[in-house]
Amino acid sequence: MLVTERERLREEITALADRHGRQRSALIPILQEIQRGHLQISDYAMQVVADLLDIHPVEVFSVVSFYSFLDEKPKGRFIIRLCRTISCDMAGKAAVARQLENDLGIGFGETTPCGRFTLEWANCIGMCDQGPALLVNDQVHARVTPEKVHEILAACRRVFGIYAQEQKEEHAV
Amino acid sequence: MNEPIVNLATFAAMSPDAGLRAALQKSRADIIGEISASGIKGRGGAGFPVGVKWNLCAATRGTQKYVVCNADEGEPGTFKDRAILRAHANLVFEGMTIGAFAVGAREGILYLRAEYTYLRPELEAVLAKRRAAKFLGENVCGKQGFNFDIRIQLGAGAYVCGEETALIESLEGHRGEPRNRPPFPVDTGFLGRPTVVNNVETLAWVACILQKGGAWFKTTGTDKSTGLKILSISGDCARPGVYEFPFGVTVAKLLETVGAPDAKAVQIGGASGHCLPSSEFGRAIAYEDAATGGSIIVFGQQRDMLEVAANFLEFFVEESCGQCTPCRIGNARLREGVELLSEGRCSMRYLQELCALGETMQAASKCGLGQSSPNAFLSIVKHFKDEIMGRVSVASH
Ligand SMILES: Cc1cc2nc3c(=O)[nH]c(=O)nc-3n(C[C@H](O)[C@H](O)[C@H](O)COP(=O)(O)O)c2cc1C
Ligand code: SF4
Ligand code: FES
Repeated sequence: MLVTERERLREEITALADRHGRQRSALIPILQEIQRGHLQISDYAMQVVADLLDIHPVEVFSVVSFYSFLDEKPKGRFIIRLCRTISCDMAGKAAVARQLENDLGIGFGETTPCGRFTLEWANCIGMCDQGPALLVNDQVHARVTPEKVHEILAACRRVFGIYAQEQKEEHAV
Repeated sequence: MNEPIVNLATFAAMSPDAGLRAALQKSRADIIGEISASGIKGRGGAGFPVGVKWNLCAATRGTQKYVVCNADEGEPGTFKDRAILRAHANLVFEGMTIGAFAVGAREGILYLRAEYTYLRPELEAVLAKRRAAKFLGENVCGKQGFNFDIRIQLGAGAYVCGEETALIESLEGHRGEPRNRPPFPVDTGFLGRPTVVNNVETLAWVACILQKGGAWFKTTGTDKSTGLKILSISGDCARPGVYEFPFGVTVAKLLETVGAPDAKAVQIGGASGHCLPSSEFGRAIAYEDAATGGSIIVFGQQRDMLEVAANFLEFFVEESCGQCTPCRIGNARLREGVELLSEGRCSMRYLQELCALGETMQAASKCGLGQSSPNAFLSIVKHFKDEIMGRVSVASH
C-alpha cells in the first residue's frame, strides 16, 4: 500500500473513532464501517484500529475472524449470500445456487477475478416463508428463481456502467 | 400466493403508547406486579418469566442499567420478529421504555442481526419520531426525572449472538462467546451493569399488557403458558407466514390453518427444537408441551428426514462458537454419523453411540446452542427409525 493511501486510511479510521468513541464497545461499529467502505479489513486497518482503541492487534483480528460479516480478505463489490437452511432448501435453493455459479463463473466462497461479486452461503436469513431467499449486500430478495438470478445480477452490473452489462465476470478482469 | 401472510391482529388493535402512559402513572412495583400477574414468559425461546427477570434487575442498586432488545432472530424458521419490527416497531420501543422505567434504566439498545440491516433506516425513523414526540429523551412523556433513549447496534453475522451473554459480549466489542451463568445479565450484564435482555415479541406484549391489563392477557393460553404466541410457519404448506395463536393450540390445528393436510412431520422450535411425527400432531404449542420460540417447519411426505437432520447439523457445525468441546466436536461427529446413515453404512451399535453422544452434548455443553443442537437429530432417530434402519439393512445385504 502506498504511503499516501495508508495516511488516508489512518485519517479515515481516526474520524470513525472520533465519531464512535475509543471505548472497546465501539470496536465492532468501527469495523463494520471499514468493511462497508473498503470491502475488507486489512492488516493495516486492524493495526490502526488497535492503536486508536489501545488494544492488541490480535484482539482486533480475533473479532474480525469470528464474525461472518467481517473479513480480512477483500470481498466483491456485491456480496451475494444465498440461504441454505432447510426451508429455502426445500423451496428450491439448489437450482438458484447452480444458476448463480453459472452466471458468475465462480463457486461458493469465491470472488470474481474482477472483484465485482462474491458468492457465499448464508444460514437462515429470516425469509423462510418466501424462499429461496438471498441477500445482495444489505438488500433481500425473496422467491428467487433461476430466471430471477439473471435480473438480480443485471441490476448489479448496471452499477458498473452499460459496457459492463453483458460481460461475463471472468472475462472482465 | 404473492403477498406474504402476516397476521398480527392483536398488536394492530392497540392504541399507540397507551401502555406507556398507563405505566408512567404507576409505581415501578405496580408495573412489575402487572407483568407478573399476566404470567408472561419470554418469547425468545427460553421462556423465563418476565416479571421475575425485571424484579431481579429492579432490585439491583445503581442508576447505570440497560434494557436490551434481542432482535438477533437467527433460529432457522423464525421470521416473526422481522414482521413485528416492520409493522409494529413502536410497540416494541414502547415495551423497552416501560421496561426501562420499571427497572430504572437510562439506555436501551436494539441488537439487530446483520442480515436485517435493511430494516435499520425505517427503525431509525421510528426512533426519531418518538424522540420528537417526547416518548424518548429527557423527562419521557413529561415524567420528571425519567430519561431514556434507544440506539440500534448491528450484529455481524453469528447465530450464537442471540444467546444473551454472547450478545452482551458482542455489544462490548468482543467475540460472541457465551459466558458462564451465573452471574446473570440482570446483575452483571452490559459493561458489568444490570441488564434486562428481552426478545422483540416479549417487549411488544409487555406494551399490550400495560394497556389492557394482566388479567386480559391471561384470558388466552394455558395455565402455564398464558397469552397469545406469534408463530412463523414455513416449509411444505399452502399458506406459510406469520400467525397469532393462543398457547395450547394443537399442531394439527396449525397444519389445518396453513394448509398442510398430509404432513409427514413438523419441526417445532427450529434447528434447536424437536421433530414431531404425525402421530404426535395432537400435542399443544406451549412451554410445558411442544415449546417453540416461534419456528414451525412443515415437512411433506416426500421429504427425507435424514437430509433434514443433515441440514440442521451443518448449521450447528458452522455456528458453534467453538469454546467448548462437546459442542465443537460433537456436532461434527453427529454430522458424519448422518452421512454414514444416509450411505447405509451405519451399524445400529454406532447409531446408539451417536445417540449417547447427543445426550452428553445436551448435558455437558456450556450454552443453549450445544445443549439443544442434538435435539433434532435425536428426535428424528427416535421417530423415524424405520426410515433410518431401512438404510442400515440396505448396507448389510
Ligand atoms: C444459541 C441461542 C440463540 C438464541 N437466539 C435468540 C434470538 O435470536 N432471539 C431471542 O430473543 N432470543 C434468543 N435466544 C434466547 C436468549 O438467550 C434469551 O433467553 C432471550 O433473549 C431472553 O428474552 P425473552 O425472555 O424475552 O425470551 C437464544 C439462545 C441461544 C442459546
Ligand atoms: S455450547 Fe457451543 S456455542 Fe455454546 S459455548 Fe459451547 S461451543 Fe460455544
Ligand atoms: S430458511 Fe432460508 S430464510 Fe429461513
